[in-house]
Amino acid sequence: MEKKALLISGNEACVEGALYAGIQFYAGYPITPSSEIPEGLARKLPKYGGVMIQMEDEIAAMAATIGASLTGKKAMTATSGPGFSLKQENLGFASFNEVPCVIVNVMRGGPSTGAPTGPSQGDVMQARWGTHGDHPIVALAPNSIPEIFTETVRGFNITEKFRIPVILLLDEIIAHMRERIIFPEKGELEVVDRLKPTVPPDQYKPFDVTNSPLPLVPPMAAYGSGYRFHVTGLNHRTDGFPTNNGDLIEKEMHRIMDKVDLYKKDIFKTETYMLDDAEVAIVAYGSSSRAAKYAVNALREQGIKAGMLRYITIWPFDEAAIEKLAQKVKFIVVPELNFGQLILEVERAAKGKTRVYGVNRVNIEIIHPHEIIEKVKELFHGI
Amino acid sequence: MAFEYEKYIRKGTLPHIWCPGCGHGIVMKSLLRAIDGLKLDKNDIAVVSGIGCASRLPGYLDMNTLHTTHGRALAFATGIRLSNPKLKVIVVSGDGDAAAIGGNHFIHAARRNIEITLLVFNNSIYGMTGGQVAPTTPLGAIATTMPYGNIDPPFDIVKLAEGAGATFVARTTSYHTAQTEQLIKQAIMHKGFSVIDIIDACPVQFGRRNKPKEAPDMMQIQKDNSMPIQLAQKKTPEEIAGKIITGVFVKKDLPSYMDTYYTTIIPKAQAK
Repeated sequence: MEKKALLISGNEACVEGALYAGIQFYAGYPITPSSEIPEGLARKLPKYGGVMIQMEDEIAAMAATIGASLTGKKAMTATSGPGFSLKQENLGFASFNEVPCVIVNVMRGGPSTGAPTGPSQGDVMQARWGTHGDHPIVALAPNSIPEIFTETVRGFNITEKFRIPVILLLDEIIAHMRERIIFPEKGELEVVDRLKPTVPPDQYKPFDVTNSPLPLVPPMAAYGSGYRFHVTGLNHRTDGFPTNNGDLIEKEMHRIMDKVDLYKKDIFKTETYMLDDAEVAIVAYGSSSRAAKYAVNALREQGIKAGMLRYITIWPFDEAAIEKLAQKVKFIVVPELNFGQLILEVERAAKGKTRVYGVNRVNIEIIHPHEIIEKVKELFHGI
Repeated sequence: MAFEYEKYIRKGTLPHIWCPGCGHGIVMKSLLRAIDGLKLDKNDIAVVSGIGCASRLPGYLDMNTLHTTHGRALAFATGIRLSNPKLKVIVVSGDGDAAAIGGNHFIHAARRNIEITLLVFNNSIYGMTGGQVAPTTPLGAIATTMPYGNIDPPFDIVKLAEGAGATFVARTTSYHTAQTEQLIKQAIMHKGFSVIDIIDACPVQFGRRNKPKEAPDMMQIQKDNSMPIQLAQKKTPEEIAGKIITGVFVKKDLPSYMDTYYTTIIPKAQAK
């Protein structure tokens, strides 16, 4: 039987991806431009016996998501800029306690109320550093409707497998745009569940990794499963109880940070386009990468060997990909719908081996290919 | 036979952090007696808290326990309750945690009538942070952030819960241990959102700047100044002014959120 192709929006693809990954709980609060996600899940999640609840505010939505995850359920929440700001404290709680959850942030113009219906990529740094204190985090930035589906599934897999909260950074353009998609069959994409403890309940320590089959990742029991354990936002020992012992605190902090480093190769995802013989590289992500791809083609037609490195995983940031690139291209251009956020990472990773320039917009309009093309031509001929 | 608290206390977690004279430990004992009296399985109880002195309680209990962020315990608890209907969920909160920073979650949990029990350890002050004014501090009382006397009118937790739609609302004090135990039993078994305002004393942060100062005197007031609601209903407003009215204020049988979700929403969605 031929598979049916559908024309759906990015937010709808996120709903379908979450269902494919086995979402069992969603808590949210209405906010443009993400509201089609809770609306879709309100219709569909109960069909699978799951729970969707509209909470009283964004803070509560993040909290309920974490509560559900602690009972062993795959849980997600979705929001946009102002709501993402409100979620930050509890997001830190999830990160510190390694509670698996997916947080969708459909980026809109900011700061403050900004532009509810206008696109932006202004939350890249907030996704990394939005909550207080050093903490591990993963952020993914798809650029098409089919990819929103697959990255939602991958986001669930990463958060469940490594116990690191995953932020899905969409933006208003790809969230509301419609594209053709063919849903993968069941089994076609990998779906991962979290590690469960193998020790008996009386020996279980919620943050102990001694015998974990996945180094640095503690197996996770569920509330109500007979494993009675404690979870606190305070600095805690491997048995979950609070401590002021500096050595123990430092050890646990290192473990949760080292975990990202240990598994970064499993988390990284980039795509290259016409990069092999490129003299000029465009480094892009999300909706801006669509303009960048167009620009690469146009520049090549005009005799400039351009190529693109697209980041699908933004955090952790794949520095090595830039390091390699910086040694072979004349310069790098980074188009972003902000004043230049990811470019800071690109510059840092390039270590001065090539020049890095931004193409930036903050007027809630998309970046047009010609802006990138003109910038590249200007730089290229100026050399 | 003496009550075996050890059955419910996690090994190695005591002594607790509460100051001498604080009533929190007494209330914790009432909670354990209530749980024991109901013959609940420790595996089927989740105890959730926010931030503050009372919020340290879950850590001592050998159950499914969660110490969350300031004011948000009810929201975390909502996620737990909805995703595992088997678990009885008890939220332990201070008055600042429940009625100030957590006020929004409080009124919405009440409105939603979700099957959670909220115990408010109400000592009229922010104890852990050093005696700042709370949304329950009486007018005129001295607090570190109200050094000239409190001008910020207090909430009545019972009226707030009732007004927001809670279907079981009661008040007691840390002195009335038997009543506290009985009310907690009723609250846990109530189908819907249940709230108990437990008047408690903080001699260290409230008492030292106000009268009476000493823990025994503060507890004496809980005893002498209390009046059961059945008696209070027969008195004039003047006669009950300043009294701590105790007992069950609200007990209603109304549809509860989790039950309704599982019995109506899921079947409706699955029928489509």
